[in-house]
Amino acid sequence: MSKQQPSERSPKTEKSATGVMDEEASESAELSTIREDHQQAKQAQKGRLGGLDRETLLGLYYKMLLIRRFEEKSAEAYSMGKIGGFCHLYIGQEAVAVGSISAIRQDDYVLTSYREHAHAIAKGMSLESVMAELFGKEGGCSGGKGGSMHMFDSKVNFLGGHAIVGGQIPLATGVAFATKYKGTDQVTLCYFGEAAVNQGSFHESLNMAQLWKVPCVYICENNQYGMGTSLQRSMSFQDIAQKACAYEIASEFVDGMDVLAVREATERAVERARKEYLPTLLEVRTYRFMGHSMSDPGNYRTRAEIEKYQQRDPIKLFAASLREAGVIGDKDLAEIDSRAKEEVDRAIRFADESPLPQPEELYTDVYAAPLEKKPS
Amino acid sequence: MAVITMREALNQALREELRRDENVFLMGEEVAAYQGAYKVTKGLLDEFGDKRVIDTPITELGFAGLGVGAAMAGLRPIVEFMTFNFSILATDQIINSAAKMLYMSGGQFKVPIVFRGPGGSAFQVSSQHSQALESWFAYFPGLKVVMPSTPADAKGLLKSSIRDDDPVVFIEQERMYGNKGEVPEDPDFTIPLGVSEVKRAGQDATIVARSLMVPVALKAAEQLEKQGVSCEVIDPRTIRPLDIETIVTSVKKTNRVVVAEESHPFCGVGAEISTEIMERAFDFLDAPVKRVSGADVPMPYAKNLEDLAIPTVDQIVAAVREVSYLE
Repeated sequence: MSKQQPSERSPKTEKSATGVMDEEASESAELSTIREDHQQAKQAQKGRLGGLDRETLLGLYYKMLLIRRFEEKSAEAYSMGKIGGFCHLYIGQEAVAVGSISAIRQDDYVLTSYREHAHAIAKGMSLESVMAELFGKEGGCSGGKGGSMHMFDSKVNFLGGHAIVGGQIPLATGVAFATKYKGTDQVTLCYFGEAAVNQGSFHESLNMAQLWKVPCVYICENNQYGMGTSLQRSMSFQDIAQKACAYEIASEFVDGMDVLAVREATERAVERARKEYLPTLLEVRTYRFMGHSMSDPGNYRTRAEIEKYQQRDPIKLFAASLREAGVIGDKDLAEIDSRAKEEVDRAIRFADESPLPQPEELYTDVYAAPLEKKPS
Repeated sequence: MAVITMREALNQALREELRRDENVFLMGEEVAAYQGAYKVTKGLLDEFGDKRVIDTPITELGFAGLGVGAAMAGLRPIVEFMTFNFSILATDQIINSAAKMLYMSGGQFKVPIVFRGPGGSAFQVSSQHSQALESWFAYFPGLKVVMPSTPADAKGLLKSSIRDDDPVVFIEQERMYGNKGEVPEDPDFTIPLGVSEVKRAGQDATIVARSLMVPVALKAAEQLEKQGVSCEVIDPRTIRPLDIETIVTSVKKTNRVVVAEESHPFCGVGAEISTEIMERAFDFLDAPVKRVSGADVPMPYAKNLEDLAIPTVDQIVAAVREVSYLE
């Protein structure tokens, strides 16, 4: 791999006095973030198919589609009032979680932000437990106490679900520190959005990670918007992969719409972590097709922009690559889709039927070693 | 029993627990090569090496969060803040991560970590380096907050805190590191968290004091004894969970209470203790609970102003006389 691959830099865009870009500047910035058109992307992806067997390829495709269907059903359940609070959907970004988590072992660790349903599913958590958590039910992966933003599963080393932007970055660094301390060869993947890069926790963590050589892969999912504020309006220097230079950490810029590109880049980073205890920063450029959360009216970006990225839909791209390479046919695609829908339906049924947490649960899990009686 | 300083007692506790459990490690600014800004960690690098006694960059949010993550993955970190003033930078990780992880995860991930270091008023270091933060941390369910007032308590409580499965905020008083007292040498000596101690028995009035105010309250009790007022001095030692029962039992005997604290009064621990006494023992009170607190101002630098900001023996004596209707 090439260290600190230069990414395409956007031409300097004009900004208005308020820093909010006018229409023309917005258009040019938008174009500059699309690196390849659909045909080029497909050619690049088809070049990566060779090394993988059919089962692996279908597995990747199924996981992405499963997450897509899961999120669509989540949106539906949210609008029906079955899911409360915040609900941040992952639609458009599936290649990132699926590609990267396919490159690690089950005993490796994953920590991420509040846009986490996909990572939980990709890490191997049951769909039922994830959906039941969204429904605030007893059968949820956190017993209904965490919700959409705080999912955990100790069985597959999925350590949350953290809802303060960038808060999980020091935590993941600590998990990686602990595995090295104990002398295991486990690796930790740490996900965060590009807006978290502006937090001190990102910089503090990368500094410690390289200083102490901890086996953590930092995966920045650059979907180009921190809620409604674009990267251009919030980051003085927008080439995130390059920021790793400040800490002498290896980094790569990755096409986040190509599941195989994400997988390959993660494999390189994971090998470095597992064999040499070295951290890596991956900047994975992606795009969310839905709003920041279910309550986002989305009036900070144009329909045309969203449609442009939808042409690079990671699932459609992968389906086209697989079909053209003769790995699957239309019949297979239809069968896979109905299987995914069935699995999501089962999760919905489980979540519907799971009981609410018992009222006594209000006072459990506050302390591991409680020293006082709970209030009478 | 040997007579040693609180600094030495804390050092013994750290050393014994590092020896006892390989998963215990210590990190913080200047804890290793420099031997500790206050020399609490003196000699630990030599004995345990740089894998387990780790100098950190000045990056409080970062290393506090790193510690929480390491605890989630099975280690037992001791994170030293050079002073608790700097813990303010790390409060997101202490509060949003350490305190809530077990609950948010439905009981799956405990966080056995100790955040320790000096706090409270120091000597003429002005507003940003001289403040009591215990009420901040004690506010949050999920955290335990400990404040020792003697070398023996410091050792026994720190050992229990390191062995505890929950996040513990352990605040040592910067002015008390040189205070001496008898300390057991038995490596199995511990003091349980959540248990108050009656530091002096008495009949006529109760003084609840913690940390720096315990020796001040004991001096006040001596003076009051000569004036014919017998005072019971109670040190909660653990602020959360608070052993209110011992305090209430004393109040039912003496019917009069003064709460002495060096912290600001507003939303302070003294306010909480006063309320709990009112809720549990109102009918036993012969006078309203009286608080003696630090001045409600940022800590000044000038020596004379600083002295005015910290409660004195005379103020506690006057407060006890007031609740005893002797003025």
